[in-house]
Parts: sequence; C-alpha cells; structure tokens
Amino acid sequence: MTRQIGVIFRRELGAYFTTPIAYVFIVIFLFLSGVFTFHLGNFFLRGQADLHSFFTYHPWLYLVLIPALAMRLWAEERKSGTIELLLTQPVTLADAVLGKFLAAWAFAAIALLLTFPIWITVNYLGEPDNGVILSAYLGSLLMAGGFLAIGSCFSAITRNQVIAFVLTAVVSLAFVLAGFPLVLNFFTGWAPQVLVDTIRSFSFLSHFDAISKGVIDIRDIIYFVSLIAFWLYATVLVIELRKAD
Amino acid sequence: METKVEIHNLRKQFGPFTAVDGISFQVGRGEVLGFLGPNGAGKSTTMKMVTGFLTPTDGTAVVCGDDITRNPLAAKRHMGYLPEGAPGYADMTPTGFLRFIAEIRGFRGAERDRRVAEVMERVHLLEVAHQPIDTLSKGYKRRVGLAQAILHDPQVLILDEPTDGLDPNQKHEVRNLIREMAEEKVIILSTHILEEVDAVCNRAIIIAHGRVVADGTPGELEARSRYHNAVVLRLPEGRDAPGIEGLPDVAGVEREEDGDTGGVTLRLLPREGRPILDEVTAWLRERAIEPLELYVEQGRLDDVFRTLTTHH
Ligand SMILES: Nc1ncnc2c1ncn2[C@@H]1O[C@H](COP(=O)(O)OP(=O)(O)O)[C@@H](O)[C@H]1O
Ligand SMILES: [Mg+2]
Repeated sequence: MTRQIGVIFRRELGAYFTTPIAYVFIVIFLFLSGVFTFHLGNFFLRGQADLHSFFTYHPWLYLVLIPALAMRLWAEERKSGTIELLLTQPVTLADAVLGKFLAAWAFAAIALLLTFPIWITVNYLGEPDNGVILSAYLGSLLMAGGFLAIGSCFSAITRNQVIAFVLTAVVSLAFVLAGFPLVLNFFTGWAPQVLVDTIRSFSFLSHFDAISKGVIDIRDIIYFVSLIAFWLYATVLVIELRKAD
Repeated sequence: METKVEIHNLRKQFGPFTAVDGISFQVGRGEVLGFLGPNGAGKSTTMKMVTGFLTPTDGTAVVCGDDITRNPLAAKRHMGYLPEGAPGYADMTPTGFLRFIAEIRGFRGAERDRRVAEVMERVHLLEVAHQPIDTLSKGYKRRVGLAQAILHDPQVLILDEPTDGLDPNQKHEVRNLIREMAEEKVIILSTHILEEVDAVCNRAIIIAHGRVVADGTPGELEARSRYHNAVVLRLPEGRDAPGIEGLPDVAGVEREEDGDTGGVTLRLLPREGRPILDEVTAWLRERAIEPLELYVEQGRLDDVFRTLTTHH
C-alpha cells in the first residue's frame, strides 16, 4: 500500500457522494434487495429465520447495479481528459487503478452494510445462524469485488460509459452463467469432463453458493481474489496500451 | 546556463502515422520557450511524452537529471503540467481539487493547506473557492489548471496552450503570471498565437510535421523574415518614388495605395537582409523627396512561421 493509493481512494470515494449517483445507487440497491428478498424469495413462506432468499439474488442484483457503479471509473477520466492530469502526477498506474477500484469496492461495501435492517429483522423474527449470515456477507462482498474488477477493465477500454456498462454486464453474465446447470448441461455429454469442470470453476455462482451457506473455503476466497487481481492487471494493460485514444 | 530539460530524438508513431518525428532540444533555467507550430504539428504529443503521459516510440526526455522513461516518478516530481484545455474533476471545488493535488504531490496537513491557500491567492481563485469546477468560466478553469501545475513549485513548467480561448484581459493576466515565474524556472509553453511569443518568450522553437524547423530567440527568427530590415516609406499625396527599385540592395517593392489620403506606402525589401536605410535616405535626399514616415522593420514572425511551416 503506498500513500498515493490512499489519496486516490479518498478522492474517488468522496466523488461518489458529491453527486447524486451514490444516493440513487444505494436507494435502488436497498429497494431491490427488499423486493427480491420478501417477494420473489418467499422470505415469509419459507418459515425459516435465515437470509437465504436475500443472498440468492445478489449475483443478479450485482449484474445490473455493479456495471453502473464501475462504468465511470476510467471512462469518465478519459472523456474529461483528467486521465492526463492524473497520470502525469507522481503516481504509478497500478496505484491509480488500485486506488480507484478500492474506492468503488468500499462504496459497494457501504451499500451492502446498509442492508443491516434485513439482518435485524431475521434476528427479531427468529434465531438465525449469524455465522452463516456473516459468511454470506463476506461472499457477497467478494463477489461484488469480482464484478467491479471486470467493470474497471471495460471502463478503461472506452470513453463511452454506456459501452462500458454493456460490455461489463455481458462479461459478468458469462461469469455468472458459467455455473448454471443449463449452461453446464449444454457441455456435458460431448465435451470432456475437464472442460465442464473448468467452466464450472470459473463461475461466480458456485463459489458464492458455498460461502453464502456458511462454508468458508480458502479456495473460494482465492478464486475471487485472483479474479480481482487478474482484471485489475488487465485494466493496467488496457490503459497502458490505449492511453493516447 | 544550467540545462534542466533535455529532449533526445523524441518520436511518436500512431499506427502508420508519425506525429513526432525526431525532436531534440535542450532548455535551461530562465528560458521561456515558446513551442510554435500550426495545428497538428505535434506540440501536444511532444508535451505528453515529456510529462510522462504517453510513452515515446523512440527517444526520451531527461528532466532535472531524471529520465522520464526510466525513472518516471522522479521526473514527474520536477514538473508541473497544464494539459491542453485544462481538464479538472468537474464535481470538485477548486479547494477540494487543489487539496487532492497537494496530497498526491506529498503535502499533508498544515503544509498542504498553506500551499493550497497560497496558490489560490496567487492565481486569484479565492472568490470561486467553493464552487464546483464545471460551473466555472473558462478563465477560472484555466486558473485552476495553472494552480495545480505550480502548487508544488516545480522547476520545470510545461503549459499546453495556456491562453487559448481566453479573453484579452485573461490572456494578459496569464502572461503576467508566466513572466513572474520565468526567472526561477524553465517554462515551455505551446501556442499558435505568435504575439504570445513576443510577449513572454525569450526563445522560440517552430515545429512542423513533427520536426523542428527553427530554433532561436524571437529576434533571430524575425531576422529570417524577408521583411527583416525592410524600409517602409509613406509618401504624401501626389508624390511617388519612381526608380527606387533600381537601388542595388533593394530586392523588391510592395506598394500600397491609401484610398483616403491618396498617398502611397512603399515597402522596400532588402536583398539578403542587408541594411538599406542609408542607401534609401541618400536616394530620397538627392531627389528632395520628404516622406511622411520612414522606418525599418524588424521582420515578422508570422511571415517566418508561414514560410517554414508550409513549404514542407
Ligand atoms: N491518439 C492519437 N491517435 C492518432 N493520431 C493522433 C493522436 N493524437 C494526435 N494525433 C495526431 O498527431 C498529430 C499531432 O497532434 P498534436 O500533437 O495534438 O498537434 P498540436 O498540438 O501541434 O496541434 C495530429 O495530426 C493528430 O491528428
Ligand atoms: Mg495541441
């Protein structure tokens, strides 16, 4: 951690709150969390005091919301020309990429923390296993980081935020669907088992499912961390190659 | 003179297109270098490479002893840079933005606040200190850009079109600021406004198609103009000077009739820039012609500029 990462992190996180984006994002996130949990997730019908129906929908929620959060990371800097200002300061590109990513991740963490009333509700209604809930929160946060790192990379490709949004959403969808039975069934039968397993192993869903059930496997954590590292590295390369555009 | 910036054979290729084609020069302390050239000549691209934004295809720049390609962080610390159009974070206020720049330049706490306050006073930003940058006028935005460039008191200042799009008062103000800082720093500024060079620069480099085509003091460049040492002669109504073009050192005559007064103005161009004033005054005295006005031209930068940057 260099001090420069901290400086960029603070500016970036502050920037979320000086514009309405932050508030709009948080309101939509909380609203959709509620809708998914209580209506689609049959929270009350299940008759169980847990947050299963809350976390199940997080991949889908993130699929729409995280690209919106990530799209401005670099596209905006390109469009306004501030990228030139930032990268001629004494900072390394890696510090800039990391500082901006961490700010977006911290923002996602704040939005996630603000869902605490739902957690209070289950504790009021019954006696949930709070360890499982904590683990699921951790999984959700890691998954949000994965989505954001993908978004960081595609935001660096273009100065157009809409394009950045669409590309991020499509690639994220691929990462979510890779674990879906529908997709896997398409491959089983004709493709070698190794390939099917590889595809499954890339899925957000399979890694997130385990953590959200309270099983913290170091491999799932390594998966998300290396996924983030990979996409951030790709972000650095993309900016390095396309700085002039 | 202490050399502060050395530019060695810089080249930049965009695909098959060569935007900067082997530029080399050195700049020392106290020099205010005007980087001149028509649009698309490669001024901005050169500056982007010197400041470490773009990676050169070939060559490098050494700033205060630090090579921008080998030791970018150290080189960047010596420089302040105003990119073309003075970009800034639209949602931030000048205060917030300059604090961020101060921190990224390594200043903390009281030192940071002192620097921000000082620079805001220097470029007259105090009255808009808490207004978002995207609501500021062009002139104020440019001041914010200048403020971030000089906040850390760099030895080398690189300004890409610092007065472009400003009104005459704002231009004047920016030029004063540049003159104030000239003594202790190296300043490289790009422009396509020639009067700016006369106003603030003590050296000018003209580039065209990515190459240096002229390098010298504004006076030296003006001496290359075909108008250098030309004698201008305004004659009263009804008078003319037939035969003056026959003088040995006069290469040509440009005539301009003045419709209102009926007088005529002759511009006598010298052969190879030789002084012709004595010859001309003697010739006039012999014929008892008394001009209304008689003076020697220094030469015109725009003429040199046009000659050097077009026939390529
Ligand atoms: N990112 C880029 N990709 C392709 N061509 C570029 C790029 N940036 C600049 N150019 C071209 O390089 C030439 C020099 O541009 P520039 O340095 O901006 O000129 P100046 O600042 O002197 O007006 C121009 O012809 C311009 O179109
Ligand atoms: Mg330019």
